[in-house]
Amino acid sequence: MGRARTIARRTFLIGSAALLGGVAFGVYKVKTPYPNPLEDGLADGSATFNPWVLIDSEKVTLITPHADKGQGVASAQAALIAEELDIEFGQFEISFGAPAKAYYNTGMADEGVPFMASDESRMAETVRGLAGSAMKLVAMQMTGGSTTMPDSFDKLREAGAVARETLKAAAAQQSGVPVGQLKTARGAVILPDGSEIAYTALAATAAGIAPVTGVALRDPSAWRLIGKPMQRLDMVAKSTGTLGYGLDIRHEGMLFATIRRNPQKGGAMLSYNAAAAEGMAGVKKIVPLADGVAVVADNTWRAFQAADAITFDWGPAPYPPEQAAHWEAIAASFTEDRLDKTWRDDGDTGAALAAGTPFSAEYRAPYVAHQPLEPLNATILVTDERVDIWCGHQTISMIEGAVAAITGHDTSQVHFHNHFIGGSFGHWLELGFVEQAAEVANQMRGVPIKLTYSREEDFAQDFPRQPGIARGQGIVKDGHVEAVDLQIAMPSVLGSQMGRLGISIPGPDSQISAGAWNNPYALPNYRMRAYRVPELAPVSSWRSVGASANGFFFDSFLDELIHEAGADPMAERIRLMQHEVSRKVLEAVAEMSSWGGALAPGKGRGVAFVESFGVPVAEVVEVTDTEEGIRIDKVWVAADVGTVVDPVNFENLVQGGVIFGLGHAMNCEITYAGGAAEQVNFYDAEGMRFHQCPEIVVRGLENGHKVRGIGEPPVPPAAPALANAIFAATGQRLREMPFNKFVDFA
Amino acid sequence: MRLTVNGTSHEVDVEADMPLLWVLRDELGLTGTKYGCGVASCGACTVHIDGVAVLSCQTAVGDVGAGAVTTIEGLGTPDALHAVQAAWIAHQVAQCGYCQSGQIMQAASLLAENPSPSDAEIDEAMDGNLCRCGTYPRIRAAVQTAARSLQGA
Repeated sequence: MGRARTIARRTFLIGSAALLGGVAFGVYKVKTPYPNPLEDGLADGSATFNPWVLIDSEKVTLITPHADKGQGVASAQAALIAEELDIEFGQFEISFGAPAKAYYNTGMADEGVPFMASDESRMAETVRGLAGSAMKLVAMQMTGGSTTMPDSFDKLREAGAVARETLKAAAAQQSGVPVGQLKTARGAVILPDGSEIAYTALAATAAGIAPVTGVALRDPSAWRLIGKPMQRLDMVAKSTGTLGYGLDIRHEGMLFATIRRNPQKGGAMLSYNAAAAEGMAGVKKIVPLADGVAVVADNTWRAFQAADAITFDWGPAPYPPEQAAHWEAIAASFTEDRLDKTWRDDGDTGAALAAGTPFSAEYRAPYVAHQPLEPLNATILVTDERVDIWCGHQTISMIEGAVAAITGHDTSQVHFHNHFIGGSFGHWLELGFVEQAAEVANQMRGVPIKLTYSREEDFAQDFPRQPGIARGQGIVKDGHVEAVDLQIAMPSVLGSQMGRLGISIPGPDSQISAGAWNNPYALPNYRMRAYRVPELAPVSSWRSVGASANGFFFDSFLDELIHEAGADPMAERIRLMQHEVSRKVLEAVAEMSSWGGALAPGKGRGVAFVESFGVPVAEVVEVTDTEEGIRIDKVWVAADVGTVVDPVNFENLVQGGVIFGLGHAMNCEITYAGGAAEQVNFYDAEGMRFHQCPEIVVRGLENGHKVRGIGEPPVPPAAPALANAIFAATGQRLREMPFNKFVDFA
Repeated sequence: MRLTVNGTSHEVDVEADMPLLWVLRDELGLTGTKYGCGVASCGACTVHIDGVAVLSCQTAVGDVGAGAVTTIEGLGTPDALHAVQAAWIAHQVAQCGYCQSGQIMQAASLLAENPSPSDAEIDEAMDGNLCRCGTYPRIRAAVQTAARSLQGA
């Protein structure tokens, strides 16, 4: 990847204050481990070897600090520890643990450095290492960016290995048998005579031993769990209605609250009239907030009813009230002064375009809502002595401080208890709903308050995916793609989202280009320029973030050029692909789908490839043009995550990601009128329903050198693969999402 | 008024127009039934009345009368699974799981009515149950497995 190195040198500017801070702090601080939070108040006879393993005489508890919003990481984290600890599913409990610096996410660094994931040069790895050190100093405990596996894969196996060897040392001390003659299996140390000492019976002894460190990790050939089908730990509870989500929390004396805030997000509340609500059944208190009103009642429905009875006079939003003006602002941003960064400039694209007659096309991606099925909610009890917060959340390390700032407690008095989350797609990264619950609970000290958003309020207050426009110009020559010039304009999602967290990110926003600049094709001429649109409506990370739109832009335009060149869509992509791991993904999906075979009349196939979060993914979509509209018949997917930890969960997440990508590309957008989102419930924006769901065949490849996450990467190729398939079947190019504005779907 | 849920009779003191969903969740503490949309748009609140799937967010509690309400907690338990729940676990259907109580109640109602549905019949019966994570392929497979299991029983 010599070209990528050149690009990186030219653009060597880390848009991260965190990294600069890291360099200034120096090596000592980077190498010093954070304290183990499990040592706080550790009971006599209990042993903890590191922040992830806790054993007492009764049970083994594994801490799985990454938030689980359906992607199965509670199980996966436990499996990584259990792999080296030699303990089986069913022999341990899991806990999300308390927020702690020890659980900082090392995996967030890669997305912040200006190197393609396929670039494993020394320069790229050095900068990733520096960024990783910076992440440690910031000590952000956060789940997102498909980072749980990259963050955890080595760390948690090491945690299991250290615990195992320390337990063996304890067994040696207890039994008098030398450590070298001891084995471990099924949660016990096994003595040479075959007798076993359960780990729980070793806790008291182990508590007095310094953890054995420097333990080598096992060779992959010895893995019992990793790579083999697992039974996720949450399946029984999720199939019997017994899993406690945040919304299911109940406490003695708890009251139920809901909220109405200005649907013109960021606008003021000029006045309100709650007279009708105050006398309604079950209403306990009306709580005015800065930009809205909360109702506290003895039942959620009664709170909803009372909130509906309040009338408001809202101030305007700080963004244009009508959708058309949003598009105009984006379209007007392809200017030199709004150029955020030229992310790639291979060959001489300007000269190549001038030498021929360029083919041009323009694409659009709309605002899209997150809307996981569990509505935003948080339960908080404030007393003079302490604050307890029960809900699911991904931005774990910032919650206690944010709530302390509202209640006036010291952060050490505030305790966050994380929960399984009913879906997220980026929605549960925001702090607002927790802060609002804290404001209400702070005004009702001593009473646990559960704040629940109605679905309509959740839609109204959602910070959707950033919209964007892409303009492509290209040249084809001698049956091949010769030059691609892609410009993308969109508001900065990092600026909007991090701004709400009080974090300023200087430098270019990588999400304006992610999914478009970083594809490892070796085009003779390729220029990719990103333009930052001044902030419009507030936006937030939406599953796969920039790549969810930019993958559609780049791959759709590439497909159009390949068609213009008269080449085969699969063969030309493979020919252009210079990164071996990515090329094998394309070759796999070609083989799986028997690409090139004859198709029945009315059928068409499209292929797309997008790399995001370091994961190359290729998808083939097959559609039929029926009398009822376009029907998606089948999808084939190949993705390379380096190591597939659990093939069952992997398949489920890939299928879900494809459905998420297809469903929103087909059916969903958020538009603004009068400053408010026009879509108010699922009947306006439902993603995909059963009858539109195709068969989806999945293959996980393991040629990559690094372990990657699969939560987001299946999303970006779905939209372009579908658009390309519809073109193949009908001759109609779809350049704007959602596609149902232009075609019917069966 | 009196309300029979999972074989137990309860006295509840609520307005007759309160949706059954909120009586179950907030008054009786049966939180397995989920709130998703409140407007018959997602199916997360699906329960049975006399064995037939209904949307509890659209059912006024005053209209339940003597009907026997069954929620996910009453369909089966971790120690005594209903065949549909067992199939859901075997196929590892859930991702976030939040819609699955409703999916399972809808599927159990379907199979009580149609013991061997085709994929098309499954899609039609389940179309009102939204899954934002996209577990539909596994739901299809699990319903077929449950159908075979129930017929073999």
